[in-house]
Order: sequence, then C-alpha cells, then structure tokens
Amino acid sequence: MALRDDMLSWGRAHRALHEVRRPGFAEEAPAMLGGQAPVLAYGMGRSYGDSCLNPGGTLLDMRGLDRWIAFDQEAGLIEVEAGLTLADILEQLHRVAAPGRCWFLPVTPGTKFVTVGGAIANDVHGKNHHTAGCFGHHLISFRLLRSGGTVRRCSPTENADLFAATIGGLGLTGLILSATIQLKPVPSLWMEVEDIRYRDLHAFHALTAESADWDYTVAWVDCLAGGAELGRGIFTRARHAVTDRAPPPPRLAPRLSMPMDAPGFLLNGMTVGAFNALYWRRAPERPIRRIGPYEPVFYPLDAIRGWNRLYGVAGFYQYQCVVPHAASAEAVPALLRAVAEARDASFLAVLKTLGDVRSPGMLSFPMPGVTLALDLPNRGTRTHDLLNRLDAITAGAGGRIYPAKDGRVSPGDFQRGFPNWRDFARHVDPHFSSSFWRRVSAPAGHPTRGDVAPC
Amino acid sequence: MLKVAIFGATSAIAQAVARRFAGEGARLFLVARDAARLEVVAADLRARGAASVETATADLAETGGHAALVEHARLALDGLDAALIAHGTLGDQKAGEADAGAMLRELGVNFLSPASLLTHLGNLMEAQRHGSLAVIGSVAGDRGRASNYVYGSAKGGLRVFTQGLRHRLGRAGVAVTLVQPGFVDTPMTAAIPKGGPLWATPDRVAADIHRAMKTGPAILYTPWFWRYVMLIIRLLPDFVFKRLKL
Repeated sequence: MALRDDMLSWGRAHRALHEVRRPGFAEEAPAMLGGQAPVLAYGMGRSYGDSCLNPGGTLLDMRGLDRWIAFDQEAGLIEVEAGLTLADILEQLHRVAAPGRCWFLPVTPGTKFVTVGGAIANDVHGKNHHTAGCFGHHLISFRLLRSGGTVRRCSPTENADLFAATIGGLGLTGLILSATIQLKPVPSLWMEVEDIRYRDLHAFHALTAESADWDYTVAWVDCLAGGAELGRGIFTRARHAVTDRAPPPPRLAPRLSMPMDAPGFLLNGMTVGAFNALYWRRAPERPIRRIGPYEPVFYPLDAIRGWNRLYGVAGFYQYQCVVPHAASAEAVPALLRAVAEARDASFLAVLKTLGDVRSPGMLSFPMPGVTLALDLPNRGTRTHDLLNRLDAITAGAGGRIYPAKDGRVSPGDFQRGFPNWRDFARHVDPHFSSSFWRRVSAPAGHPTRGDVAPC
Repeated sequence: MLKVAIFGATSAIAQAVARRFAGEGARLFLVARDAARLEVVAADLRARGAASVETATADLAETGGHAALVEHARLALDGLDAALIAHGTLGDQKAGEADAGAMLRELGVNFLSPASLLTHLGNLMEAQRHGSLAVIGSVAGDRGRASNYVYGSAKGGLRVFTQGLRHRLGRAGVAVTLVQPGFVDTPMTAAIPKGGPLWATPDRVAADIHRAMKTGPAILYTPWFWRYVMLIIRLLPDFVFKRLKL
C-alpha cells in the first residue's frame, strides 16, 4: 500500500507519511480498521498540530461519509454522518430558512470547514461559550464503531462513560460514524454586530461584563502592543438579529485563495506591527451597530481559501490556552508580555472569556476563565522557546492548552492541565492512536517531542 | 420541477450530481445494485431538498431488465426530463488481457450496458420530443493505452455511440452528452497523493455535469483543461507514443 505525504494538519509544521483509507459508506468502515498499525479518523485537517496525524499508521479519510440521515425541521433535530461539514449543514439551514422560523448551529468554531466528527472529537467551542457551552453540550447521541467491529450508540443515558470520553476525546475512543444534534432556533440568519476599539485589559474585562445580553463575544488583540496598552484590541459582540428582512443573507463563498506558500520574509515584527496598528485604529472608538450576514462574524478567515499558506513552507504554530479567572489578572498580562517581548509576528490573537457551562466531555478543553489564542510562524528553536515560556505561565496559573491547536506540549504540562487524563485513557480504543496521544501519554518528564519531526 | 433518473446512483460522482438536483427541488429516480446503500443515498437527497426520491435496485449489467427499468422510471416520475448514466467498473486490465471472457464482461458493463440504456431512454425522449441524456465516459477512451485499453475501448465505443445518437436525436430536441472526467478524488483513489492540480473533487466535477445536463454540449471535459491534455495525447505521433509508459 502506497504511503501518502500530503495529509497535513492546518499549521503545516509537521510532515509525516500515512496509509490512507476512505470509506464511501459506513458499512465499509469496520473492514478498514484491520491491520497491525493504529488508525485515526481524519476529516478536514483543521486541527493545527499533530492531534489529527498518525505517522506510520493509517488515516481514515472521513470525507466520503458526508450524508444526511434525517432532518426534522419541526424539532430542529438533525442526524448526519460524521464526515459532513458544518458548512454543508449551514447550506441546508439556509435553504429551509423561513421568516420567523430559522435554525442555526448551537455552537460553531472559527471555521465552518470542519466535520461533525471533528467538532465532537475536539469538543469545539465558539464565541457563545459563555452562554451555550461546547459542541458536545448539544449532542443528543452518536454512533461509535470500536475496533472489535461493534457499533455503540452513545448518549448521556446510553454508554454514558463512552459518550463522555468521546466528546473531546480526540478521535481516540473509536470511529464516530454519525451524530444527532439539537439545533438552535433563531429569529433570523442575520446578525446584529458591534465592534468596539478598547485600550487595555481593564477595558476588555469591563466590556465583557457589560455585554451579558450578547450571545457572542470575542476580542482581537494587538499582541505587539505593550506597556500601558498591553492587551489593547477590538471587542466584537454579536447576536442573532430580530429582523423582518425576508430573504436570508447571501451565502458567501471564499472570495480569495492562497494558491501557494508565501515567502518567509513577508511576516516579520515590522510588517505585522504596522498591520496591527492600522487595523486597531480603523475600528471605531464608539460602537457602531450593524446588521449583516453571519460569515464575517463567525468565519472571517474562511473568506480566504488556504490562508494557512500565508505562513510559508515552514508552517506555523497556534497556541491556545485557558487560565482560570482567579489567576487571569496575573497570567494574561504575563502571556501577552512574553509574546510582545519576543516580537514574534502574530496578527491573529484572540481573547475570550469562557463561561461555566460544563461540557459532558472528560477531556474537554474549556474551563471557566480567560482563553488566549494566537498564531506564531514556525521559526524553529526560537518559536519553541517562546511556546515553552507560554506553557510555563499557563501551568503556573493552573490552566491548560487546547489539544486541537497543539503540536509540541510536554507530557508533564498536558497531564497537569488535564488531571483526569488517566480515567480518559481507560476508554481509548487499543487500535486507535495519534502522534499527539503517543507524546502526551508518555511518562511525565519524558523528553519526547512526538514522533513527527516539527521542521 | 425537473424529473431526473440516475443509473449507478451510489457512485461518488453520481451522488454529487444528485445533490445538486436535490437542492433545486427535483424529483429523482435512483438505480443501483446495493439496496442498503441506495437507501442511505436516498435519505441524504431527501434531507437536501429533493421533492421526491424513488429507488430501484438492479444489476445494470443485465441488459434484459433495461426496458422495464426505464418504464419504471417514467411511471415513478410521471415523465422524464433528464437521465445520467454513471455505472461502470474500473476492471483489472491484466485479467482482461489473459482471459477473453473477463475482457468481454468488462466491455459488457462499460459499453453494452450503457448503450442499451441509452437506446431505451433515447427512444422515450425522442417520442416525447424533449430531454437530456448524459453518460460518464473517460479520458481513457480518447486513445488506447497499454495500461487500460480494455476499459478504454469500452469508453471509446461509447464516444462514437453517443456521437451518433446525438446526431439522430438532435432533430427531436433531445441532447446527448458524453462526460469525460479527469482524475477525481473519490473513495476509489484514496491511496494516491492528491498534491497536484490534476485532481478534482466529485463536487467540482458534478457542478460541470449538472450544468451540462441543462445546456447539452456534445462532449464535456471536466475539469475543462482535460480537453487540452487529451488533445495533445491524441495528437502524439505513434513513434513517440510507443515510448511512453502510460
């Protein structure tokens, strides 16, 4: 069987060889779990690091299982195969939208180009985490294929332990075949949005506090600003608009694409600093309310197909951590200072307050607190050193990193961040594995950096 | 509301075409061999907006059942505006070389079977004086190659057959289109790296087919650049072609 070198994660900083199998129908999947090497499901490849990679093993390309099984338009219940994307679901929600009766995804991450299986396996969260919790919170049930060939129906009441382990379980508990999801009723598919420029972290927290009646909040941070302006940025808040505009907003397809890798010199402290300063000043100081389509609110980067190639052939790392509220007053400025001092270009930095809606997932990332996410071009050792400094701050604050974004955290930092990881490990299917899992489940203190060489 | 019949409806390309018709609220009639898979596909198309989806299971290699099958489609849909013939096998070339029986079976599924269906469907549409027929060929049919000439000759035969049928039915206002897809990223090709620009998704190819079933060109290369790739391959002189490993 030929090995493929073109199955990458979104950060493109890891390269590996995989055998790839692609079921066209769910009934073909059990036979594809055979063989000695471990298997792992692969969807749209939007995990940033190595949690979706399985070098030396098999990747099951799930994009052939992208069908609807049932759509109850009265109850807003959908049952779909695991390889269906959120983009595909939204397309149908557009089609059936009627004035006064619209359905929307209960939770959506920052891209709609993820599969339902991926959304479950990473228990994704969105800008409404403080009101709606994670994706797993809205799951009615799913069907899970274990390597022995048995299919388990999992729900909060049926195989409840496997249900909890699989939500946020990084695809390690078996192969998710299909899922039933409760959609959310919304007054329209239009969004009411406000962008507010703010000066520092105090202003960020003040805006968060006064935005209780907005379902969606997030802030873009200029992480090259330091000193008194540390944490300055643009706070965006949004909610589904009550409007009698009859037609749903137009569906926006990607308008631009990155056909090739950008040259490495394009992103440096100077260009990104200039971009960030201009971008920050462009936003109004006093909020302007507008009504618009949801894509620019939820999926600004989906407008550029293959935007990850902007970081050149060496790829990039995304760092996302959460720190609990009690420690955030110290830890968030410390994280931002470390990034600002490194002058390592990052123009995508996001700050958000996570709520206390508990996910059913055992290994789910969110906890009540503040989450910071930022992109760092891969500059080798220098970047790894900065990431290690960020890990130390996060760990010291009692926080943790987001596995979906990670490609290099140490076993010790992972295990401290997810203290119930051993309970979770009991539910891992022995025939499933990933580069991420082999790394973080090694004995703490182990020097391993995974079996995919970051280049 | 269009009434569309699809033969070989569980193939990746056929499913992608059917989704586009479903999104327009078409009425669909699907034929495939495996009843369970057919029902999975039908449920998907209903959720995607098809006004109705009816199915029939049949082994399309058995041409004796074709007349009844086409009549079943006409009755189920109450007429027929368009049909796509998408079944076929990418057989084992080596087996076809060693065993004439295997070679004939390959020609049967990939040439005789679609030619038989085209005859029944063509006569129906000629009588009603409207309709659109599309059949999936292959760029392998444009020039015989050592690696797949058995399959290629069946598809090449289809090329001449559809050419003539189109000539005949044009007078009745019926379009006949031969679809020539290039490399398509389907479950059948999962093991092959997809780095190059030659690979297209089933949805990309389906968008072209869906459009062609409304406009009715004679030959549709999809994606478009295959027209020029195959033009060059057809024009290569024999003494050059013989040296190539294709």
